[in-house]
Amino acid sequence: MTYDGKLRVWRGDETGGELRDYTVQVNEGEVVLDVIHRLQATQAGDLAVRWNCKAGKCGSCSAEINGKPRLMCLTRMGTFAEDEVVTITPMRTFPVIRDLVTDVSYNYEKAAALPGFEPRPRDADGQHRMQQIDVERSQEFRKCIECFLCQDVCHVVRDHEDNKKVYAGPRFLMRLAELDMHPLDTFDRRKVAQDNMGLGMCNITKCCSEVCPEGIHITDNALIPMKERVVDRKYDPLTWLGAKIGRRPHP
Amino acid sequence: MTTITPAPVPHAEGTGAPGRATIAARHLRTDRWWLQPLITVAVLVSFIIYSTIRAFENAHYFAEPYISPFYSPCIVDACEGNSFPKLFDGPSFISPALYILVIPLGFRLTCYYYRKAYYRSFWMSPPACAVAEPHKKYTGETRVPLIGNNVHRYFFYAGLVFNAILTYDAVLAFRNAEGEWGHMGLGTLVFLLNATLLWLYSLSCHSCRHIMGGRLNSFSRHPLRYKGWTLVSKLNGSHMKYAWVSLFGVALTDLYVRLLATNAFSDPRFF
Amino acid sequence: MTERHFYDVVVIGAGGAGLRAAIEAHESGARTAVVCKSLLGKAHTVMAEGGIAASMGNVYPEDNWKVHFRDTMRGGKMLNHWRMAQLHAQEAPDRVRELEDWGALFDRTPAGLISQRDFGGHRFARLAHVGDRTGLELIRTLQQRVVQLGIDVFMECTVTKLLTDDTGITGAFGYRRQDGEFLSWQAPSVVLATGGIGKSYVVTSNSWEYTGDGHSLALQAGATLVNMEFVQFHPTGMVWPISVKGILITESVRGEGGVLKNSDGKRFMFDYIPPYFASETADTEEEADRWYDDHTNNRRPPELLPRDEVARAINSEVKAGRGSPHGGVFLDIASRRSAADIMKRLPSMYHQFKELAEVDITKEPMEVGPTCHYVMGGVEVDPDTAAARIRGLYAAGEVAGGMHGSNRLGGNSLSDLLVFGRRAGGSAAEYAKGKSGGGRLSDEVLAEAEEHALAPFSRRGGENPYTVHRDLQETMNELVGIIRTAPEVQQALDKIEALKVRATALSVEGERPYNPGWHLSLDLPNMLRVSECIARAALEREESRGGHTRDDFPTPTAEWGGLNLICSEQDGSIALTRQALPQMPDDLAELFEEKKQ
Repeated sequence: MTYDGKLRVWRGDETGGELRDYTVQVNEGEVVLDVIHRLQATQAGDLAVRWNCKAGKCGSCSAEINGKPRLMCLTRMGTFAEDEVVTITPMRTFPVIRDLVTDVSYNYEKAAALPGFEPRPRDADGQHRMQQIDVERSQEFRKCIECFLCQDVCHVVRDHEDNKKVYAGPRFLMRLAELDMHPLDTFDRRKVAQDNMGLGMCNITKCCSEVCPEGIHITDNALIPMKERVVDRKYDPLTWLGAKIGRRPHP
Repeated sequence: MTTITPAPVPHAEGTGAPGRATIAARHLRTDRWWLQPLITVAVLVSFIIYSTIRAFENAHYFAEPYISPFYSPCIVDACEGNSFPKLFDGPSFISPALYILVIPLGFRLTCYYYRKAYYRSFWMSPPACAVAEPHKKYTGETRVPLIGNNVHRYFFYAGLVFNAILTYDAVLAFRNAEGEWGHMGLGTLVFLLNATLLWLYSLSCHSCRHIMGGRLNSFSRHPLRYKGWTLVSKLNGSHMKYAWVSLFGVALTDLYVRLLATNAFSDPRFF
Repeated sequence: MTERHFYDVVVIGAGGAGLRAAIEAHESGARTAVVCKSLLGKAHTVMAEGGIAASMGNVYPEDNWKVHFRDTMRGGKMLNHWRMAQLHAQEAPDRVRELEDWGALFDRTPAGLISQRDFGGHRFARLAHVGDRTGLELIRTLQQRVVQLGIDVFMECTVTKLLTDDTGITGAFGYRRQDGEFLSWQAPSVVLATGGIGKSYVVTSNSWEYTGDGHSLALQAGATLVNMEFVQFHPTGMVWPISVKGILITESVRGEGGVLKNSDGKRFMFDYIPPYFASETADTEEEADRWYDDHTNNRRPPELLPRDEVARAINSEVKAGRGSPHGGVFLDIASRRSAADIMKRLPSMYHQFKELAEVDITKEPMEVGPTCHYVMGGVEVDPDTAAARIRGLYAAGEVAGGMHGSNRLGGNSLSDLLVFGRRAGGSAAEYAKGKSGGGRLSDEVLAEAEEHALAPFSRRGGENPYTVHRDLQETMNELVGIIRTAPEVQQALDKIEALKVRATALSVEGERPYNPGWHLSLDLPNMLRVSECIARAALEREESRGGHTRDDFPTPTAEWGGLNLICSEQDGSIALTRQALPQMPDDLAELFEEKKQ
């Protein structure tokens, strides 16, 4: 069950690069990352690749395989024909450092810019009480392994470098939704979402959800509900009027 | 003084932005990514053509006891049939359909699913995941007119009224051509099915999900609304499916009425 | 030219212990930096699945720190530092609760409190958890807290040397992966939180970062390591396909009702109940099955014995020819719980098997076998302050030794990170007070460190680091693995000597920016140094206890039960000394007396 696989890997850095062809041995049950490692150990010792757990839990080995944003450790070679050329490039939304490694600092900057968690005080006995049904929505978003594939695939920044200034991307809009729905959190993040994080830029075309290796329903469960919450505050005259006369506080 | 114009850098926007890996191709996908948007365009364009013709046709929309969903509620004096009170007398060249179609049209146009569908397939923004869009600038739903998509929930409310009326039409379909109750034909089933699909589509809507309970931060303090939210969330998982099926439903129901009204077909009566 | 930074406390490592230490140091007023080999949030802590052990008593009110302390000591076969085990058991509940103040969302009990689950070796359901991704929750919570506090993080930087003078620690030196440039952090306090050593083994659940950097840095700086022979082999790693061999399958599968079977379909663990645990382990399948719903009147299933027992049992079954097709045994939850329950309680496991092995765990059993998972040994520290034996150096988490004795209980790792991370950060900040602005690191010291790090580039025609690494991994796996004998360990030591020579002649291709070959060539000496300590200690300890099993000395002895083995580096070579175990005070010792009746 061993064969010679055909790989086309982008090699280069910020000054330029190219897709280079390699032939590498592939064994049964292997994933793309295994083959990249074999390439590194046998033919290209300096091939730069970022990885950690190789089990789909850390979100380090993000790349684009045959044009699709994916984790290399979760892409089985068995999904390709043996004679198929498998093209592997770095994520194309972020600046490249070298080979398959990109500079993902955009994401860390956005993470630092969003308002953090602000809990209500503990109960008198020093505990926080929350029901399972109240934590489940935010728990789904906390499954995020920060592979940044959603940020990579999102056309808002992928196709428009300028938008990086005003748009936080699906991962961090989802983080805002997570905090807004957090049972303990006391801060209203709707204004920030719309005015500072660019929620209005999202046109819900759902590529973020399509590429999420954790299967999080980013669009349906985080971004759209967050848009609806913003509508409550910003575009809903009934709620606005209600809030004005003090009859409907923020739920 | 000479002005030096920098030589145009090939593919300097999008994934060709400075600093990114230099790959000339707009995308490296090897699958048939264009199929989905193509199908969407084909189906939606067919529906638009058919519904436009029918809306302006101003004829063959009523065949006792059935009224086409494109024309219900029929609210002008010139309307055929009596399924709805006639409210005013409009100029005869304006089809009665035009007074009302704005509601279902607006509901679908601002629907979160249809937005995805037309942004992808008509505006190609993006045509498919990781395939570059052909536009130089992108502002999403932050400006007029697309910012208007935020009014979806008002169309949802109005759409509920329409659903009630179309359900009422389905009830009226339990009469015979003489207006006597307790009868049923194939058309009755068609109308029931159409009304059901419209309810499924409306109730599975993202705005409905939000109103039902999504806006709450504590479900445990609102157990009834949590139940409602859970139910709507389940339906919401199939919102895309309901969006398509109910669209076909409306068009086929209308076609059914037209076939009856033009005597091309006669309604099989059960009892 | 080396880039210079100045801090009060530098934390090396951004896993649970490192981040918790940084938060504490920052909140104590110290200028704090975190230096980590990967991106922030990718540390090995994300791999922890089951939960955080803390006797909060949310599910079993009769649980308390004394029970937890006793479980921990017995799990470690009484070789734990009693004071560490005590602090750990006492402080863990508070450390878990404060995570909630920082945004963590644990699964809940019906009363709305943090839910707790069963795990091997723990008498009561005690593990605070989020499905089977508790480590991710822990790291994300701490990461978000660090970001919110504005603590400086140097991502993708590797420390290659601790700088010292006659007063103790003066800082750290390393390189940045992105551009291959050198950096120095001048600081009176350094906290090591670098995790473990698993990358010295072929079959391991550990990621590439686990190259024993902290252990090696500490040794070179003059600190000591304790009990390095104790390496935990987790009983349930994946065995198939080959490419995922070693990846962890959480103990929660057994905590949630999964059982181990051999090729005859027999629940073989009933044949492997050691006398030491016989009084608290069920001896019939009926009693074991009743236990899941009623812990009070039934004894725990043998599948939930401490990890060392289960790993050895699996090893024996496979050796006896009763293994699964790919050399493991079967872990079956499909026939014991409904598909819906499995999906709800073990979603990542379902996902992992579906994606990596094309196995649906709600329908078929998993094939599992032991995998190198954790090192109990580590930097010898003072229990209360986490201080190593050199001034200004602290260690917390897996890199520190003593806490877990000869075997760690599942769930005790995450709580260890939090309890001792906090203590290390606090003491490091306290020690640094008034010491900042001391002597500037000399240019010569930095230049020498640079030259050393760049050496592999200047050699031509030398060996590829990947090959040397592979040879080391195979040596350790085969000769200093789960079952050991004197001749084999001696053979390993000989091989390590040869590998050390080969490692001095490595050469790497390419340039300095993000060059994995170069990085590995700098990690290799660390792995070799640590592997030598493990092998030396494994040869010395002539008994079997916890994570150290000697085929030629198959039982524990009273004499060795009172001895720690201490590794130090003298004149560039490893020295091993015996040291008496610290004496447990009477009030704690009584906890073990009572149970003997």
